[in-house]
Amino acid sequence: MDDLYREIIIERYKTPHYRGHLDPHDIFFEDDNPVCGDHIEITVRTDEDDRVTEAAFDGHGCAISQASADLLIESIHGKTLDEVKALTKDDVLELLGIELGPVRLKCALLSLKVLKAGAYGLGADEVSDELVE
Amino acid sequence: MAVPEKTLFDVERVRADFPILKREIRPGVPLTYLDSTATAQKPRQVIDVMDTFYRRSNANIHRGVHTLAEEATAMYEKGREQVASFINAQSARQVVFTRNTTESINLVAYTWARANLKSGDMIVLTEMEHHSNLIPWQLLAQARGLRLEFVPVTDDYLFDMDAYRELLALEPKLIAFTHMSNVLGTITPAAEIIRLAHEAGALTLLDGAQSVPHLPVDVQSLDVDFLAFSAHKMVGPSGVGVLYGKLPLLEAMPPFLGGGDMIKTVHLRTFSTNEVPYKFEAGTPAIAEAIGFGVAAEYLANIGMDAIAAYEHEMTEYALERLAEIPGVTVFGPSAEHKGGVASFVMDGVHPHDVAQILDHDGIAVRAGHHCAQPLHEKYGITATTRASFYIYNTRADVDKLVEGIYKVKEIFG
Repeated sequence: MDDLYREIIIERYKTPHYRGHLDPHDIFFEDDNPVCGDHIEITVRTDEDDRVTEAAFDGHGCAISQASADLLIESIHGKTLDEVKALTKDDVLELLGIELGPVRLKCALLSLKVLKAGAYGLGADEVSDELVE
Repeated sequence: MAVPEKTLFDVERVRADFPILKREIRPGVPLTYLDSTATAQKPRQVIDVMDTFYRRSNANIHRGVHTLAEEATAMYEKGREQVASFINAQSARQVVFTRNTTESINLVAYTWARANLKSGDMIVLTEMEHHSNLIPWQLLAQARGLRLEFVPVTDDYLFDMDAYRELLALEPKLIAFTHMSNVLGTITPAAEIIRLAHEAGALTLLDGAQSVPHLPVDVQSLDVDFLAFSAHKMVGPSGVGVLYGKLPLLEAMPPFLGGGDMIKTVHLRTFSTNEVPYKFEAGTPAIAEAIGFGVAAEYLANIGMDAIAAYEHEMTEYALERLAEIPGVTVFGPSAEHKGGVASFVMDGVHPHDVAQILDHDGIAVRAGHHCAQPLHEKYGITATTRASFYIYNTRADVDKLVEGIYKVKEIFG
């Protein structure tokens, strides 16, 4: 457990660096985890080369879901949308630095799912777990 | 409430019957199981009878004439009788085996309700229903143009009797309600609710998923029309549940699923239905599970449902008292007097998933989420709670461990 609740996760949960809502934005997407009611929305601004200049997340949920959203948003600054689309489960786990069981994995990957759905420009009913496999 | 000496049972002897309680979650960390509201653990008596069935007597039931088929049929029907006797049904024919409470409620929605309700008719539910006693009615309401109304939960987390009387004046056809909320633990005054419903000309369906395992439930004294419950929450196996119904109702209802065993005669274009309860049991049922269910009911009856209710009441009082000591913890639900052995709570600044995860590290199994009662959580403006629940094998020491664990959560989230 000491591993699961690493200091960085508690710290980012309590004082996230990228919580907010960008207006105007180029990309917006939101989704829930039906199992626990976690909610994440992301807003992203990009430049003419489709490179992320600014990004933010908002929502509520467990420490794992909120900390992983904060770390993920931090990591995409300066990346192109193609690079964002190429992000995987392993990238998020590397950011968190922990191993997770199947239930908590859904918490950790909600923000990536939302981010990638936004980057691909999907509709609300087109989101699936395949995005983060 | 002081527990009278004669109703006490030996918890250590009960615990010895449950092999899983000897399990360590990791080396040196024993299991503290506080998730019986989701599913109860199983005593060796239930495990053994199912094991014996598969090793000695396994065969399909009904119609077979060989020895195994006769044994299997006798064991399956004995399970039905044991369960019927547990709820004091007049006849075992009134016990229809289903997969679970959810299927039992759906059965009533698909058969009785489809045959008897028409557009504009009203069904009354409560705000604290499990999704299993909400979605079947939503589906039917959409298909048939029915009206759904909800008895509110009062500020002290109880069934709002005044609001209920007002709804009854609108002449609903069915009152489908929980006997014990799986989140708040609220025990509803079922006998009174049923009496008033009958006076108003409505039928009643009682969701007994949480009450039948924990309280004495007597279908004759309640005079309930339908009762739904599951084996797995009352120390029986998963995969089998019951729909109890008054015989004239069951007999008049159209069949549910079509297939083998539910028929009397079949021609290429027509069929006639089998008698109750087989009319509602199409296909090969969960045979070993029904046998295990009977033994589970007998196991609880041997301890005594009054003794179980009294013991759990004492445990609930103690748990509420201990949880109230912890700053930043809020428990949802009525006082122990009106409550079953459930404590759903939130902690300031910590998500229920994180609470459950940290407790798991110490081998404490609790549930986190909306517990299939999302509208109730919405009412209180929360998305999720952490729920600890108690059963016959839990002790005060389990409550103490839970409290210790919650303090550890507070330390980590500082």
